[in-house]
Amino acid sequence: MKHIKQFAIILLITFLGESLHKFISLPIPSSIYGLLIMLICLQTKILKLEQVKEAGNFLLEIMPVMFIPSAVGLIKIWSSITNVVIPIVFVVLFTTILVMVTTGKMADFIISRNRGEDK
Amino acid sequence: MREVINNSVYFGVAISLISYIIGLMVKKKFKYNILNPLLIAIIIVIVILTTFDIDYDTYNQGGEYINFLLTPATVCLAIPLYHQLDLLKKNFKAIMAGILAGSFSNLIGIFALSLMFKFTHEIYASLLPKSITTAIGLAVSGEIGGIPTITVVSISLTGISGNVIGESVCKLFRIKDPISVGLALGTASHAVGTARALELGEIEGAMSSLSIAVAGLITVVLAPIFANFLL
Repeated sequence: MKHIKQFAIILLITFLGESLHKFISLPIPSSIYGLLIMLICLQTKILKLEQVKEAGNFLLEIMPVMFIPSAVGLIKIWSSITNVVIPIVFVVLFTTILVMVTTGKMADFIISRNRGEDK
Repeated sequence: MREVINNSVYFGVAISLISYIIGLMVKKKFKYNILNPLLIAIIIVIVILTTFDIDYDTYNQGGEYINFLLTPATVCLAIPLYHQLDLLKKNFKAIMAGILAGSFSNLIGIFALSLMFKFTHEIYASLLPKSITTAIGLAVSGEIGGIPTITVVSISLTGISGNVIGESVCKLFRIKDPISVGLALGTASHAVGTARALELGEIEGAMSSLSIAVAGLITVVLAPIFANFLL
């Protein structure tokens, strides 16, 4: 009973997110609307954490498995992208380092500046 | 037997789940960063399909049912985010500035390199969401005309590389505060980077978790705009 209720609440919020996605013509996916609705409901105590916890954590736990089918789908289109595989790997490695450095340095800078103001 | 497999929706889901469990076990036994459970699972499934000459569409009859749960799972990312809301409020400015700078540099970097490599719009659009969690990334890629498989591959590669090199990059560039280290790992390489951040410490892990959702939201807003830059 508990898990059915939790799953029902999660699917209901997902459906609300889907509805918003249909009615609002912004390039924001249903899942993001749903995430925001869930967060607002938890923060405003409309929804208690206990009402979604187990089913929610189950979905989060199996989430990586959901990415396997589309990744395996690569074998179908592999022949059409072999010419871009090396550039893609290069772009991924270069931008991953770039993002780490800009994010970390920017946060470090503001944190140390704020600490300086506190003193 | 072949007849049964060809008409089964459970076969694909079952081998996906079992492959992922094997991936988790291998990762647990040999603690090398390069052993990513998702990557191992993908390789196992591909090996099974190739060895037994099973068509991708046959396998994916069940795959579609796994995909069905992707949206509600993303909705549930609100749960860890809710846990960290106080930490977010306390360091709001530094967190937002860090993630925003990171997300921008990601999109600008991809745009510049896509011009350099003369990528088509489809590949460019597939790469734009590469630094955010796959659930959000796949949705974004779909919205802006990307190829889901290239998005998944680039997201996985981003996650694994971030997990492997994250600590060294932070040391090399002298990123000191644990908050910044967590933000760097999460913003650059989503959940897989977060797994490493959690090993580094509690603050790193919490900040990295936050980055997944915040960078996701920023990229959801910015990626469609950047998608128009290269048609």
